[in-house]
Amino acid sequence: MRTIQRTLLRDAAAIAAAMVAVGASFGAIAIAYGLPTWVPFLMSTVVFAGGSQFLAVGLLAASPVAAVLAGLLLNARHFPFGMAIGSVMGNRWRDRLIGSHVMTDEVVAFTLAEPDPTQRRRTYWLIGITLFTSWNIGTALGVLLGTAVGDYESLGLDAAFPAALLALILPSMRDRPTRIVALAGAAIAVAATPVLPAGLPVLCALLGLLTLIRRPSSSRLSSEAEA
Amino acid sequence: MMLAAIVILGLGTYTMRLGGVLLRSRVGLSDSLQRLLPMAAAALLAALAATSTLMAGAAFAGFARPLGVAVGAVLAWRKAPFVVVVVAAAATAALLRLAGLE
Repeated sequence: MRTIQRTLLRDAAAIAAAMVAVGASFGAIAIAYGLPTWVPFLMSTVVFAGGSQFLAVGLLAASPVAAVLAGLLLNARHFPFGMAIGSVMGNRWRDRLIGSHVMTDEVVAFTLAEPDPTQRRRTYWLIGITLFTSWNIGTALGVLLGTAVGDYESLGLDAAFPAALLALILPSMRDRPTRIVALAGAAIAVAATPVLPAGLPVLCALLGLLTLIRRPSSSRLSSEAEA
Repeated sequence: MMLAAIVILGLGTYTMRLGGVLLRSRVGLSDSLQRLLPMAAAALLAALAATSTLMAGAAFAGFARPLGVAVGAVLAWRKAPFVVVVVAAAATAALLRLAGLE
């Protein structure tokens, strides 16, 4: 039990450190775009979804409407995430209202990677609060230090986050249907990325669920196609 | 205008987060849906990992990032600790860029 906790704390610290650095890049970029100082702070607390924040910062000055639409599309995946995670954060209204706000890709991945249902709730809150805090600390550092924080890509952090997600979903890939659904979904998303606006390709990954349609119906489909 | 845009984006994102959570608690989930939802989440996360590994915008992200992620993935597959996976992926990509490979 104690070792599980310690591992979780260590993992949380690793992802938090990366989050501070990327948050700092976000803060610095927002200022570099000439946006007022309060903009990155407000985004990191009120929106709290890194990808959409980077996207919106680039669009905000030119077209606030486009920034909102693109950001909402990118964040639409949180709806199926919420359904999958459900009441992990707790069943009280307070838990749901606060817990929903700290839901991110990383929190969902950490939570689903935790097999013990009683440990899940703790994982959700620990990772959620840690990431919210570190993202906002990072944003503040970026705003204060500006371009001095440097580019997070030169630190290789753009590789750290996909690798972290992969490590977290790997255990669930032992289940064959899940593996096929996930691989099909990932392939569809990558193929769709050059042609669809940001956010939609990842949602298209849900089409991977079609691989679950059983053989009898798929052979019926193919015979229909032949006819 | 900028303030309104950020607040609307924040409220919209929050609504989608909370909406999924509440929908699940409102409608009783059938057994098959309970089995399907973690798969859906896994597919979304796999797609996020794959697209953010390979693509920058609509174009290929270059070699440093995918190679870094690949090193992390192999380590994860060999059951290396999470911290090692994350640090090795970042270090690989950073060193490749330092060596001039984009």
